[in-house]
Amino acid sequence: MRVKNVGVPLMNLVKLRGTPILQQLLLEERLLRSSSANWCILNDGTNLPTIVMGFSGKPCELVELQPVLRDRIPVIKRFTGGGTVIVDENTLFVSLICNRNDLPDVLPYPPSLMAWSGSLYSQVFNGIGDFQLRENDYVFGDRKFGGNAQSITRNRWIHHTSFLWDYSETNMSYLKLPSKVPQYRLGRDHTDFVCRMKDYIERSVFIENTIKAVGTQFMLKELSLDEIDDSCREHLETTRLLTLDELKETLAKTSRSESIAQAV
Amino acid sequence: MALRMWASSTANALKLSSSASKSHLLPPFSISRCFSSVLEGFKYANSHEWVKHEGSVATIGISDHAQDHLGEVVFVELPEEKSSVTKANNFGAVESVKATSEIISPISGEVIEVNTKLADSPGLINSSPYEDGWMIKVKPSNPAELESLMGPKEYTKFCEEEDAAH
Repeated sequence: MRVKNVGVPLMNLVKLRGTPILQQLLLEERLLRSSSANWCILNDGTNLPTIVMGFSGKPCELVELQPVLRDRIPVIKRFTGGGTVIVDENTLFVSLICNRNDLPDVLPYPPSLMAWSGSLYSQVFNGIGDFQLRENDYVFGDRKFGGNAQSITRNRWIHHTSFLWDYSETNMSYLKLPSKVPQYRLGRDHTDFVCRMKDYIERSVFIENTIKAVGTQFMLKELSLDEIDDSCREHLETTRLLTLDELKETLAKTSRSESIAQAV
Repeated sequence: MALRMWASSTANALKLSSSASKSHLLPPFSISRCFSSVLEGFKYANSHEWVKHEGSVATIGISDHAQDHLGEVVFVELPEEKSSVTKANNFGAVESVKATSEIISPISGEVIEVNTKLADSPGLINSSPYEDGWMIKVKPSNPAELESLMGPKEYTKFCEEEDAAH
């Protein structure tokens, strides 16, 4: 339901803590495709280290399969575009799902959505750490701390972000360096390219500022997870957890290809 | 395509081209990149897909204007042959610039061919949206649906009006 008050559209606010990332993504995909309301979902950390690939992600190219299989790290393919992340209790998630008609000045294609989000988060960080949107990433200076992804349907869109509150070098080692990297990375290795948000802002201040910034464009109504109507389940669901068999098969194929390449 | 148009600076930037066979004369990355081609002989949906109906086969893709707004297409998901598509429902998705965008079918019918080249070369959608970047071929189940689609001039005007609204 959309209600306008003094020309400001309504947005449902859902605050989660430690919710499994698969559950969060499935919820987001359902709300994008089946709901007609606007939503802001905040998840303060997720419960288990999990690798999340974008819509077209290929495990053999993005993930170190042997340690992932050895350590049983879950691998998810999500419904939005973009790159691969490994998330855990030190990742903060903010997702915004909107009807395009409720933000008529924001054109529903990637650059425009990205610019709008950059402007929103400029309010959140308000000069802290030289925050900026840089080639689709959120950075302090030239160091990335937030990755973005979107999905755009006929009348709605989602823009969601994973923020590196803190991260573990061990967890990062499960990921391969992607073939496509932003130009501003300038060949830097991981430790010189990313930074930890905790070095710049208090966790509670970030969450509070984000809610406040979203509240300048929407009237927020807080809902618990239980209050979300989940009766409508007839929608396309593309987010999924990759099975162990799939990952093992991918590793086997990759190993065979490498053996053949070496033999030649 | 789940897109709207650019801001008013491109409102007058759409031009008509006489046929698909001449589309190679329209450079994909010309100086005046705000120009997008709209071809004669094609029909267009307000979600920016095009249809070329020849005999019992309708070919579907996304318009030059759509691909321009998407940016570099890195992946395309298409339906399988013998599956059905329904007018105004999505039949696939493209990925570009961190975003997935729905592709919406302008007509209903059975998919009889899928452009398999797009699996290895999704950029064909950018470089040749009306020819090599075609997506699916469909046997229309209700050819009358084509009549509700826009012709080239109407589509051009539609784009201009969308531009003006922003």
